[in-house]
Amino acid sequence: MSQADSTGVPVLALKGVNKSFGAVRALRDVSLELFPGEAHALAGENGAGKSTLIKTLAGVHRPDAGQVLLDGEPVVFHGPADARDVGIAVIYQEPTLFPDLSIAENIFMGRQPRRGLGRIDHKAVRSATAALMGRLGVALDPDRPARGLSIADQQIVEIAKALSFDARVLIMDEPTAALTGSETARLFSVVEALRAEGAAVLFISHRLEEIFRLCQRVTTLRDGRWVASEPLAGLTEDDLVRRMVGRDLDELYPKQDTRVGETALSVHRLTREGVFRDVSFEVRRGEIVALAGLVGAGRTEVAQAVFGVDRADAGEVRVAGTPLRPGSPNAAMAAGLALVPEDRRQRGLVMEMSIERNIGLTGLDRISGGGLVKRALERGRATDWATRLQLKYGRLSDHVGVLSGGNQQKVVLAKWLATDPAVLIVDEPTRGIDVGTKAEVHRLLSSLAAEGLAVLMISSDLPEVLGMADRVLVMHEGRMVAEIPRAEATEESVMAAATGRTGKGRAAA
Amino acid sequence: MTATIEKPTAQAEAGRSARSLVDTVFRAREISIAGALVLLVLFTWIAEPRFLNDQGVKDLLLNAAILVLLAVGQSVVVVTRNIDLSVGSVVGLSAFACGKFVSGTDHGPLLVALLGIAVGMACGLVSGALVSFGKVPALVVTLGMLYIIQGIDYWWAEGEQINAADVPQSVLDLGSGSVLGIPYLPLISFAVLAVTAYFLRSYRSGRELYAIGSSPEAARLAGVPIRRRVLGAYVFSGAVAGFAGSLWLARFGTVVADNAHGWELTVVSAVVVGGVAIVGGVGTVWGAALGALLLTTIGSALSVLKVDSFWEDAISGALLLAAISVDRIVNVRMTRALRKRSAR
Repeated sequence: MSQADSTGVPVLALKGVNKSFGAVRALRDVSLELFPGEAHALAGENGAGKSTLIKTLAGVHRPDAGQVLLDGEPVVFHGPADARDVGIAVIYQEPTLFPDLSIAENIFMGRQPRRGLGRIDHKAVRSATAALMGRLGVALDPDRPARGLSIADQQIVEIAKALSFDARVLIMDEPTAALTGSETARLFSVVEALRAEGAAVLFISHRLEEIFRLCQRVTTLRDGRWVASEPLAGLTEDDLVRRMVGRDLDELYPKQDTRVGETALSVHRLTREGVFRDVSFEVRRGEIVALAGLVGAGRTEVAQAVFGVDRADAGEVRVAGTPLRPGSPNAAMAAGLALVPEDRRQRGLVMEMSIERNIGLTGLDRISGGGLVKRALERGRATDWATRLQLKYGRLSDHVGVLSGGNQQKVVLAKWLATDPAVLIVDEPTRGIDVGTKAEVHRLLSSLAAEGLAVLMISSDLPEVLGMADRVLVMHEGRMVAEIPRAEATEESVMAAATGRTGKGRAAA
Repeated sequence: MTATIEKPTAQAEAGRSARSLVDTVFRAREISIAGALVLLVLFTWIAEPRFLNDQGVKDLLLNAAILVLLAVGQSVVVVTRNIDLSVGSVVGLSAFACGKFVSGTDHGPLLVALLGIAVGMACGLVSGALVSFGKVPALVVTLGMLYIIQGIDYWWAEGEQINAADVPQSVLDLGSGSVLGIPYLPLISFAVLAVTAYFLRSYRSGRELYAIGSSPEAARLAGVPIRRRVLGAYVFSGAVAGFAGSLWLARFGTVVADNAHGWELTVVSAVVVGGVAIVGGVGTVWGAALGALLLTTIGSALSVLKVDSFWEDAISGALLLAAISVDRIVNVRMTRALRKRSAR
């Protein structure tokens, strides 16, 4: 373990970088220095700008202002290939693979070893992939197509890709989110080896103990701004959290006491082969139930199956005691279910449509007469909800694409709350929105629950889970592994269940 | 602890069987087309023995040659999740340009072929630039190009036609001559097919075409020069179509303005029937060529059996729907199977 040389020239650095997307300022005057042989953590809440920062280093985004420095010299990356060619390897949070191509091709695309006449040496590609898999200690067949790989295995392929060229800088965006304890340990030993060879590492994780285990320095971002860069030695987890959040937690998670009523949603032994299995739970009126787990644990898929977007292979969903017809979102809506999806741009909204149209979509029968939409009713519905949720907008006829992420999320919430649901399922309700709006969304969920709504909240944001939920359900690799009451829910207990370290009934299938 | 020890071996087995599953599925596609082809030929032969005499076989190969060539070019574009609907018009324009160029002269076949290729490449360059750099959907661009090129062709031809009598004998020989009893045209198509197949399999840029079609986002992150590659695919498809135009002149001698009118749809059908996924990333030019061969053989068989040619279109249509349905079902099944195997 060589001690990092923080006095030398950083191998890769950002200086005064700004980056905006439309009206959203993702990065403001952010600086960062990565030194050879040092693991640097990037801390910050969801939406603090970490992903944008990484993509700037990776050549995906170009800064609006400021510089990227390589060995102290300013460089401009015209694309990911430029960054890769100077030895920057990036492992993204969500693996992006070629589903139709083999694992070996996925790893070596564009960089295949060649023999005479520029031809690809297929044998060398395969053996190099096998060697990488050996180094990572996994048994994935190099010739298998990437389609159908589990998230963890996809992550392995991404890691193998980064290892396949001698990276000077290794950037990892929550690489451990979908990995089990032993897989994480293996990854860390590989990272340690790379670091010992002099590579610089930039590491993002929501698990603070991993940051302290792996890294020497940390840079904290909040709302797109640089907060601090400092050695980790001497810091405590609480210090780090304070820098990330920058405000009192009570203010961010205004949980109201509610009276829990009768069962609103009950899910019994729901199964979708290869995705999740034997999932049972209940949500009562007035309750906020969090569904926690790692990325890829199957939470979103459970929500989709409950709402009928995907058809479950087995099991039953009951709303207020009445069985729900499977595979029909219309039936689910009629029964009083509402689903605010994870990806609001793709699934939650029609980006090219106006605010009022979007809010009207879930109640077309209620705002139309004789087969025609009545503009006055549509506008009334939209105005009503925009006011209730304190939406910040220019005109209701503006299309939703111009709104900030937080306000877009409010439109999605308005769209579904306007259906007057009995059960509200929210999937990552505050991902990628600013802290102020986040607190507003929390206050809204809390008061809705107090009015007797049953809320099922899927969230990867641990403080949010702990701050908002009456009960925490935890999924791990497609199974429900734990149910933790609010009083017993801690960061440790939830993460232990989510990573499969505790919890009963974990079978290696 | 036992779980962690057992897992890798179980996974390795799953991996192996997954590979053989995928292999089987793709080979099955090509084998089943080849099988259908053999059955069709056998059936027609029994009903009408003259179908497979010397001249019959020659006709089969000659009829297929140009469509196979076009299918090879089209596959390269379709694999990148794009489409080239302008190929029919390009063949027409190139054939007419070549005809104009040689009529009354004694230019040799090589020069004619080069001219055809140049005309096609120019068309492909325009389509490709609009699709890759202009980011206009391929369907719209190439549909527009189809009409524009056709318009240019009509305007230039003004009802005129090139007659075989005006075409030099050396060029006509290319269309009618043969070596060891096999006509030149199918040999040329086969050569282009083999070279393209080898390129797609064994060169980085060839694999990158598949990567782009399989996941454009992943291709971008992997640093694949997407725009350059897509442009290249269109230029290749154009060049092949232009070359096909010069072969058209060599084969028929007579050229009018709307040669190969409507062929673009036949070509796309052949490619899809041959197992090249219309959403990109999957399929081989071998399959596409077999698809083309199957479609033209159906046409020949029906005319030998004296069935109304109306049925040819209906059968091609049914085959196309069947092929796409099979693709879809296989895709869903395979995804599910692979998912179950890797589920832990």
